[in-house]
Amino acid sequence: MSVLVGADTKLLVQGMGRHGTFHAMGCREYGTNVVGGVTPGKGGQTIEGFPIFDSVDEAVRKTGANVSVIFVPPPGAADAVMEAADAGIAVVVCITEGVPTLDMVKVDAFLAGKPTTLVGPNCPGVISPGEKCKVGIMPGHIHLGGTVGVVSRSGTLTYEAVGQLTALGIGQSTCIGIGGDPIIGTNHTDALRLFEADSRTEAIVMIGEIGGTAEEEAAAFVKEHVSKPVVGFIAGQTAPPGRRMGHAGAIIAGGKGTAAEKMKAMSDAGIHVVKSPAGLGAAVAKVIKK
Amino acid sequence: MKIHEYQGKGVLASYGVPVPKGKVAYTPDEAVEIAKELGLPVVVKAQIHAGGRGKGGGVKLAKTVEECESIAKAMLGMTLKTHQTGPEGRTVRRVLIEEGVDLEGAREMYLAVLVDRAIGRPVFMASAQGGMDIEEVAEKTPSAIMREAIEPAVGFMPFQARKIAFGLGLSKAILPQAVKFMRALYSAFEGADASLVEVNPLLVTKDGQLIALDAKFNYDDNAMYRQNEAKELRDFDEEEPLEVEASKYSLNYIKLDGGNVGCMVNGAGLAMATMDIIKLAGGSPANFLDVGGGANADQIKNAFRILLADPEVKGVLINIFGGILRCDILAEGVIAAVRDLNVKVPVVVRMKGNNEEKGKEMLRSSGLNFVAADDMQAAAQQVVEAAGAVS
Repeated sequence: MSVLVGADTKLLVQGMGRHGTFHAMGCREYGTNVVGGVTPGKGGQTIEGFPIFDSVDEAVRKTGANVSVIFVPPPGAADAVMEAADAGIAVVVCITEGVPTLDMVKVDAFLAGKPTTLVGPNCPGVISPGEKCKVGIMPGHIHLGGTVGVVSRSGTLTYEAVGQLTALGIGQSTCIGIGGDPIIGTNHTDALRLFEADSRTEAIVMIGEIGGTAEEEAAAFVKEHVSKPVVGFIAGQTAPPGRRMGHAGAIIAGGKGTAAEKMKAMSDAGIHVVKSPAGLGAAVAKVIKK
Repeated sequence: MKIHEYQGKGVLASYGVPVPKGKVAYTPDEAVEIAKELGLPVVVKAQIHAGGRGKGGGVKLAKTVEECESIAKAMLGMTLKTHQTGPEGRTVRRVLIEEGVDLEGAREMYLAVLVDRAIGRPVFMASAQGGMDIEEVAEKTPSAIMREAIEPAVGFMPFQARKIAFGLGLSKAILPQAVKFMRALYSAFEGADASLVEVNPLLVTKDGQLIALDAKFNYDDNAMYRQNEAKELRDFDEEEPLEVEASKYSLNYIKLDGGNVGCMVNGAGLAMATMDIIKLAGGSPANFLDVGGGANADQIKNAFRILLADPEVKGVLINIFGGILRCDILAEGVIAAVRDLNVKVPVVVRMKGNNEEKGKEMLRSSGLNFVAADDMQAAAQQVVEAAGAVS
């Protein structure tokens, strides 16, 4: 088992431009069942062997797609997420970076009460290596199938953690990049809930960043509801207040959202917090006694 | 993106929020002209992208034209230090000349709109304790702050505005005006894609007029593509020159004070983690630099140039996890940069991922003095030791 994406994923790519096409091919190469792409106005064409549809609705009817990945540029990204949800796509992964915050407010309201799960925006995507299913832009080859669930707000830092795990022979059930924006679909708590319920996942790596209070909320959730060991790291221990560190969400404001606060909340909840990003793999090895 | 007070008030006024009459001046002569036009007294307000200006001497009342001239003369060009500018302060290049509003018998309150990321909704915040630092109010008396979440489908409703008005203790006579004020404020927030709109203080004058006496307006950077007028409002003088330079090459650079190890990383999270590990290894990061996912050789070279422009940098750590970015492209850029810029400080390179071996081989055979590291921990230790040896 895995979470969000896996062997039964039928992937649709929204936004088959240069970028979208490149990564659609990358996903297919990794083993993902990519059933087609959507670019309004280009329906009926074939790009690199992928059938193109005019709408998500049409694509779902003709291919049975159940997961979509979005590469649509910022002005149309929110619309693309809503179109996918409207067409009944179960899991929507939005890679697009730079979606306006007020657009995400609307997306969040639109998705309320619908069965669709959104991951992102501004994220590397989701991968379940044991089931050869990659939905996103991460380098597939660094992953290894296994039993550790990984959830993270950042891209390359997730690769770093995964690289350490794989080097130690520790495989991953699913790795979820939830994105670094202020408003996102799946958050740390949602991912933890999925991993806790997943029979395959034995341990969880949770990587957070400065800014907001999502990690504190996740820590409270771990304390109450998570029985599996969790290893955590917070990036930005040395970040100065008031400066946005790349991600729109990574900012210490009004004395809130500091790494120290988050690390304390996580430790108090029983999470194995590592101070150094280089220590993630070893910490996981210790908790699963490998 | 931050803008000046007078610009923020301009945006608010365009949505119908009442603000004092005023204009910006770049010279004392302009200040005098504006004062004559407005009538006396006027308030001269230093325009910098930082709060706490009043306490630092950046807000002064002028009762005569001569007074206005001498205040403007003294203020323009001065280095204003506030709790938000840091010890080095900011140079004042513009002043806002504004009509003097009668504060006698007036009440000062606080209003703000921002996005609450925990609930994914814009939130209207209000407090009857205006004019002071709201973070202090939030800490000492959190119950004194009212919050109203806004549903995007319907916007900010009149009943919510009434709720806030009653909560602030405003009289029934000015209720319609207060509702209009708050709804205009929300329209500005939504229409101009703000990340924060703050009116502090909101002045309720003796005769019952509501005015945004001071205002702060920040744009959502992600929405700049559809806020064309906002681009004109960017003031490069308020930004760190190296950060402006970096933004030309789509590099995300932030200078940190007192650091000696420059770092170049791909991805914001890994960049922060690299700063952290430098600190843990006993060094001090000189910057945050994210070269992004698809950096090319030219960008790498410019990134190098920018981080070395900081004279404090005694060593450089390059930490790249190549997902999309290929290690050979990185190596090409790094080699070119070190050659062309005649780099003297030690450079530790840690790269992983796509075409890793090819990139490493290129560095080895370049004849240049790179230190290759296999993991983050070793890389951090090596660069901290090397930087220490240099300084």
